Amino acid sequence: MADLATSGPTIAAVARPGASARALRNPGVIAGGVVMVLVVVIGLLAPWLGTIDPTAINPAARNRVPGAEYTMRTDSGERIKMIARFGTDSLGRDIYSRVVYGARISLLVGVVVALISIVTGLFIGLMAGFFRWLDAVIMRIMDGLMAIPAILLAIAMVSLFRAGVFAVIAAIAVPEIPRVVRLVRSIVLSVRVEPYVEAAVTLGTPTAKLLWRHVLPNTIAPLIVQGTFTCASAILVEAILSFLGIGVPPEVPTWGNIMAEGRQVFSLYPHNIIYPGIMLAATILAVNVLGDGLRDTLDPKMAKRV
Amino acid sequence: MSTPVLEISNLSVAIHGGGDRAHAVKGIELSVGANEIVCVVGESGSGKSVTAQSVMGLLPKGLMSVESGSIRLQGEELIGKGDAALRAIRGQRMSMVFQEPMTALNPVERVGNQIAEVLEVHTDLDARGRRARVLEIMRSVHLPDPEHMIDAYPHQLSGGQRQRIMIAAALVLDPALLIADEPTTALDVTTQAQILSLIREMQVRKKTGVLFITHDFGVVSDIADRVVVMQLGRIVEQGPREEVLRRPREPYTKMLMASVPSMTPPTRVPATGAVTLEARNLFKTYGRRSFWQPKARVTNAVNDVTLEVRRGETLGIVGESGSGKSTVARCVARLVDPTAGTIAIEGRDIATLSESQVRPLRRRVQIVFQDPYRSLNPRRTVGEAIIEGPMNYGLSREAALRRARQLMMTVHLTPDALERYPHQFSGGQRQRICIARALAMEPVLLIGDEPVSALDVSVQAQVLKLLDEVRRTFDLAVLFITHDLRIAAQVCDRLAVMQRGVIVEQGATADVFANPQHPYTRALFEAAPGRHQEFGSGR
Repeated sequence: MADLATSGPTIAAVARPGASARALRNPGVIAGGVVMVLVVVIGLLAPWLGTIDPTAINPAARNRVPGAEYTMRTDSGERIKMIARFGTDSLGRDIYSRVVYGARISLLVGVVVALISIVTGLFIGLMAGFFRWLDAVIMRIMDGLMAIPAILLAIAMVSLFRAGVFAVIAAIAVPEIPRVVRLVRSIVLSVRVEPYVEAAVTLGTPTAKLLWRHVLPNTIAPLIVQGTFTCASAILVEAILSFLGIGVPPEVPTWGNIMAEGRQVFSLYPHNIIYPGIMLAATILAVNVLGDGLRDTLDPKMAKRV
Repeated sequence: MSTPVLEISNLSVAIHGGGDRAHAVKGIELSVGANEIVCVVGESGSGKSVTAQSVMGLLPKGLMSVESGSIRLQGEELIGKGDAALRAIRGQRMSMVFQEPMTALNPVERVGNQIAEVLEVHTDLDARGRRARVLEIMRSVHLPDPEHMIDAYPHQLSGGQRQRIMIAAALVLDPALLIADEPTTALDVTTQAQILSLIREMQVRKKTGVLFITHDFGVVSDIADRVVVMQLGRIVEQGPREEVLRRPREPYTKMLMASVPSMTPPTRVPATGAVTLEARNLFKTYGRRSFWQPKARVTNAVNDVTLEVRRGETLGIVGESGSGKSTVARCVARLVDPTAGTIAIEGRDIATLSESQVRPLRRRVQIVFQDPYRSLNPRRTVGEAIIEGPMNYGLSREAALRRARQLMMTVHLTPDALERYPHQFSGGQRQRICIARALAMEPVLLIGDEPVSALDVSVQAQVLKLLDEVRRTFDLAVLFITHDLRIAAQVCDRLAVMQRGVIVEQGATADVFANPQHPYTRALFEAAPGRHQEFGSGR
């Protein structure tokens, strides 16, 4: 019989299009990505977008409606005419500037929370999935963490530590970790019985290398997807915490703080809430649409399950 | 001659959206008469299942569609019929039995209701009448105690019983045509024999035409009236069973039949080399009764197994699913920890060593797994897979790669395969890569855990030949796990037959085949499909 090398089926020359190439063709990824890039650019370029100091109080120009003109004094004492594009709040601060600078805090919170929860959750999840004796202990702790309502835990943590952006980040990240741990653990449990992982065991591959080479790559696509959803929910929870007055200090411009400020005068001056609300909704929608698109392209199995 | 039950003429099915060929099947001409079993036999990708799906109108939508040709059921054209018209025909005049009875049945519905559903859709019977008919058909497919089983859920039945339920549901309305798509492939050999005889019995009793799809020539020789051989979407040869099996005309049919291993073991010289593997009183128990769980279920997967393999010798472990043969292999490779017993590799016991103690010794025992599509990490090149092991033991990357290139030649692949990814190779080629990966470790014992079971019969023969070559070249001891007696006959020097965790019989292959001692061994031989037909004459 002829050798397989010559008579067997020919080796496929064309590789399938890569997952990243497919992702970049997905309409959700494109639309969500464009909006996200826009928000990031706004946040980064905040000082150059015609803004003034977002914390500057101007008692003479309180509660101006959008488009109204008012005068303000600069530090050097000159009087200049300003147009309040989005109006001013009850302390006379420029809402446009506050909304633009607020993008920074929201993105910072979203991205850092996603990174922290994913890195920690990945490590703990790998341990729980691979070392059976650790599994019961870790998962009971995670079950415990999941039993605490996220916002309640955040309130407790913020009241324990001094209120500030990083206390808020920690408070939001901790309840997100168990979700990531569960996801990673379930992937590890299914991958560790794959024959190629068992083959690596018989090849004498040390455990750390085994996890890094053969197990970890399987978690990346689902984690990218999970990360976007975590990011969206973190931005939202930060706004909720700020709105409740237990998040970032009130003078710091965040979308939640702006809305909290405007709450008392909402019926008279709705612009206090509308503009930050639009930004918040648009950002979260964009992140979620991006996440959905990534899930469909990077992780088709998960898309079917949901 | 009356009109055939099924008549397919000039059927072509197009595949949309690329792939390696434009047509799944092309120019198919075949017919099934009443009271006749026609076997369609071919390797994977031959288009045999697509043919069945086109008849049932179940082609995957958007991926394939009938391009031309006609399919007539009792003279009535099916192509061009709407979904509603086809639904009325399916179940009533033609029905289908699938390969995997667990997934084909709804797990949350009582099996009796699943049979009754067919009656509910197609007849006016009331609930009581339906129940009576269901009981009647369940009795006729020889299900034990139908009055109880009618209310059982699929998971409460065995694989064979589930397949009987499927057959009962398919035949309850006395269809003219039954399509069976590999209905026994997922079953054990003894169960397979029972299902085959059931299909034969039902077909004779009801004068049904059966289109039976299989890859197994043994099954063909047991059940077929006529045989259709398919390759790459075309019919190569068809004719009455005796004619095709005894005097195949086409070279492809001859090659396929020559690739089926013969049931007659060749004469072998007993190996006299040093003992490489010596396992004594091996136990593997799952579940443990403790103070907290006094009623925990305890399963003896491996129960007091003792065996040895010498240098240059192949010991086969044969048995049905759940017999514990794979667990023995995994204990020896220390992928699972044995509960008790000793496993000596070249005299050193590894059964109770800790993971860190056993790691330096792992290179001496290597294993080739069943599923070639899952045994290689899809994200790493073939080269990286092969050098991973030697580099774990301190070989430099350059030296490991040099060795990998030589090994590629040993397994008859070209060295440039090292830079490619696993998905660019066929199943047989991947299994060669897995063998090369094992050989790179310079093992003394090679374990094959059903290494050819997922491969087509012609590829199977090539991989078995390669395994034999490397055993000779490297003077390896081989532990060969298989459920296929034909392969065992050709490959193994000695055989151990396992049943429910116990080795019931052990001896030289020729002796076991010529004179099986244990009733279970005899039952296995009795059930082997096509045992009266001599294959492998071309070897």
